[in-house]
Amino acid sequence: MSLLAVEGLTKHFPARGGVVRAVDGLDFAVRAGETLGLVGESGCGKTTTGRMLVRLLEPTSGRIIFEDRDITHVGRRAMRPLRQDLQIIFQDPYASLNPRHTVGRIVAMPLTVNGIRPPGGVKKRVQELLELVGLNPEHYNRYPHEFSGGQRQRVGIARALALRPKLIVADEPVSALDVSIQAQVINLLRQLQRDLGLAFVFIAHDLAVVRHFCQRVAVMYLGRIVEIGERAEIYERPRHPYTRALLSAIPDVAKLGESQGRIRLSGDVPTPMNPPSGCRFRTRCWKAQDICAKEEPPLAAGVACHFPEGSQELSPEGSQELSPEGGKLS
Amino acid sequence: MIRFLIKRLLSVSLTLFAVSVVSFLMFFALPKDPVAGMCPKNCNAERLERVRQELGLRDPKVEQYAAYMKGIFVGRDLGSAQGGKCEAPCLGYSYVNSEAVTDTLGRVLPVTLSIVIPAAILWLLLGVGLGMLSALRRGTLLDRLAIGFSLTGASMQLYFVGALLLLIFTYQLKLVPVPHYTSILDNPLDWASGLVLAWMALAFLFSAIYARLARAQMLETLSEDFVRTARAKGLAKRTVYGRHALRAAITPLVTIAGLDVGAALGGTVITETTFGIQGLGRTAVYAVRGGDLPMIMATVLIAAVFVVVANFVVDLLYAAIDPRVRLS
Amino acid sequence: MSLSPEIVEPVQATDPVPVERGVVGRSPGQLAWRRLRRDRTAVISGCTLLVLVLVALAAPLIEALYGVGPHDEFKHLLTRRGSIPLGYAGGVSADHWFGIEPGTGRDIFIRMVYGLRTSLFIALASALVTAAIGVTAGIVAGYLGGWVDAVISWITDFALALPFLIFALAVMRPVELRFYGPREEVPTWFRVAVLIAIFAAFGWTSTARLVRGQVISLREREFVEAARASGAGLGHILFRQLLPNLWAPILVSFSLAVPAYVTGEAALSFLGIGIVDPTPDFGAMIFRSIAYLQTDPAYVFFPGVTIFALVLAFNLFGDALRDALDPKSSR
Repeated sequence: MSLLAVEGLTKHFPARGGVVRAVDGLDFAVRAGETLGLVGESGCGKTTTGRMLVRLLEPTSGRIIFEDRDITHVGRRAMRPLRQDLQIIFQDPYASLNPRHTVGRIVAMPLTVNGIRPPGGVKKRVQELLELVGLNPEHYNRYPHEFSGGQRQRVGIARALALRPKLIVADEPVSALDVSIQAQVINLLRQLQRDLGLAFVFIAHDLAVVRHFCQRVAVMYLGRIVEIGERAEIYERPRHPYTRALLSAIPDVAKLGESQGRIRLSGDVPTPMNPPSGCRFRTRCWKAQDICAKEEPPLAAGVACHFPEGSQELSPEGSQELSPEGGKLS
Repeated sequence: MIRFLIKRLLSVSLTLFAVSVVSFLMFFALPKDPVAGMCPKNCNAERLERVRQELGLRDPKVEQYAAYMKGIFVGRDLGSAQGGKCEAPCLGYSYVNSEAVTDTLGRVLPVTLSIVIPAAILWLLLGVGLGMLSALRRGTLLDRLAIGFSLTGASMQLYFVGALLLLIFTYQLKLVPVPHYTSILDNPLDWASGLVLAWMALAFLFSAIYARLARAQMLETLSEDFVRTARAKGLAKRTVYGRHALRAAITPLVTIAGLDVGAALGGTVITETTFGIQGLGRTAVYAVRGGDLPMIMATVLIAAVFVVVANFVVDLLYAAIDPRVRLS
Repeated sequence: MSLSPEIVEPVQATDPVPVERGVVGRSPGQLAWRRLRRDRTAVISGCTLLVLVLVALAAPLIEALYGVGPHDEFKHLLTRRGSIPLGYAGGVSADHWFGIEPGTGRDIFIRMVYGLRTSLFIALASALVTAAIGVTAGIVAGYLGGWVDAVISWITDFALALPFLIFALAVMRPVELRFYGPREEVPTWFRVAVLIAIFAAFGWTSTARLVRGQVISLREREFVEAARASGAGLGHILFRQLLPNLWAPILVSFSLAVPAYVTGEAALSFLGIGIVDPTPDFGAMIFRSIAYLQTDPAYVFFPGVTIFALVLAFNLFGDALRDALDPKSSR
């Protein structure tokens, strides 16, 4: 049984001259204690998805099912008990902590808001949480500006843990941190995941970060999932051309030989206000055929592509379609 | 530009309409008995009743308002107790002055304009000049003096400055006559000597405020990239500051000058009272003390029209100078 | 005057700080307080204000020690013709430190002590009411946006289009006529209340604008989302999460509103519309003094200089406070 499932999850934002289809029909599930990586370029809708999962944004359509309960349009009061199970860690450790509150107050906030009195008092619980994330519990009375970025992110994690959630949405939790600090925070999350049996939806913009943390990975492009599967599948036998391109952007991936090198995608990501017809990736895909413009490939067997790659290695043919100085994948 | 103009015109009309409604309600709906306030002394009960009748105070408020507005645009008949027919910009009849409000206004408006316009020219020149100079000579003695000047000015009371000026120049040194108003058409010299203290008092206070604003604005402009680029390109200091920086800094000052018309009008109320010159401001004060509601209402409306129109003109100027404004 | 360059900005520490130093951290407020204490202008103007406030609070005590009340008349110290004080500088003496008033023969010093009281009470009360209304309206408009914001913004723009002094002047009489007959005596407390109401009605809009701008920049911050994600209600978000981040602009606008109200109240009283004569008040005193400018020039000086000092001290302190709370802004 899955802990969290979404069906046809969609979010459209009204904008000048139309609607932005930030998220356009997602289907996936997360099992209890499982970590799902949600990967894609900036603007692909992954952050919007994360915000919808914890109900910070109202979905335009589709359903969110948490523990067999439809929570898509639950009101704030009815949502309260569910909030305790669903928490979020934010990207920017500087913006996510209230600069005028002490660390103790920040971490205690979820408890105070929900009127929870843990045995031994709020302060004791907060200090336990600080210790759990590797901070000195004595720093209870300090202010965020006295901490480094990595330490602040730990505070944010402690806050997310305060209600003992079952699932945490981690929205690019390390991308604002120095590379040396990133590993520490990832290791902390892994350890917490193992010790507390948490499920994670881990949002990231490249596959490298997700690799060491997630059991399953979903790759998003322009508001849709293009490929989803077990970690080994995705990393060793990517089937969607976009996944391959993303993987090739990671330096030092053993599976892709020296000769192939890096796949450079030409062109920019199309605007989500007016996505391409049929397969959304076709404008940048080297395998695109006529059918790709006419029919949108359904997500079948974990991949949404008319010409998924089998287990055999397929090198990008027709190199004239690839401009060397074309849009790089960041 | 046309679209911008129409949009601004609409918002101006809306504001003026709201001002007229608010002041109408304030003066004719708020008091228990507006008429009792209007003729406090030589009114017997019979006459009061007749005035009430003629003013239509028994009518619904909307009708009263409509009648008032009709008076402004096409004129109306006020009845014999109020001097009969009242011509087009009719603002009612003042019992305290025993004449139509417009007649009084026609008499006092030139006085106030004679005070405000020369004073405004004086304070803009003085204030902006001083502020720019002190920004360019930042940190020097001159700058410090200018800062001291603007701080003093910002904390001084207009009537106290007026009293000091009167004391020094009129009563002690006997350089200037007791302030008074003569029409500029009759005797320009007398006009100037009668109002010079009022100009000085207003200019001192307002130039202090403008010096402060101009200094801050100029400092900000000087630190901007295009000024530094111009300097780096090897343009002479004079050219850069004179042409580029001054122009960039003066635009926002124009805006503030437009917004300040309200404050300047408030300033003349105090100035006129201090120096005993019978302009719009002093008339308003007398009207308030005497409970002359039609007169008060008229001065408030005129002042609001001045402010709103000044803002409108500034907006247009600003849009003409800076095309970005039109887009937002 | 301006921000001294040696004051470094300790807030933006990105590298790990020496955390072992102590257990209790310094809040942003405490850091601002330290900066304020190091600013000479702030200390001097702050002390001046403190003294003036103490004088105003202790007025009855001062009256008892001084031995003269604000309404005692000393007609025997005036000239028979013209009622001008005898002696030098408006009758300054050991018994009457600042001399006595021409015409009535009341003691100027004790009237100023009480006048300070009137002035500060009205200004502080108006500033408090202004801040309360302005902050609430600004937070609500900024956070909720939409039509609430549109309505509040339109009202603020509208209030800006009204010439304040003229409007304040004009509204006083109709309000009095609402509650009192045209020939009835209007009690002082009523005038004070109306003044405060007028100042608040006009003043809240600028605070609301300022707060609204701040809230709009804060509401997208992730700590607000974190609170929402934990199930926090509107009240918690507005007053627990956002309000603590607004203290700096609120304090600055409060501290600059007080001198503006001191000036405004004195100006209205000077025009004979705010506080009227038997009640001690700076504006009313100066209004009376204009008539005696030629015969008793000393009369205008004491209230004029005191109100100048009061407003100057508030302005300097407000500027220093702004510098201390926001070290990046420079004048």
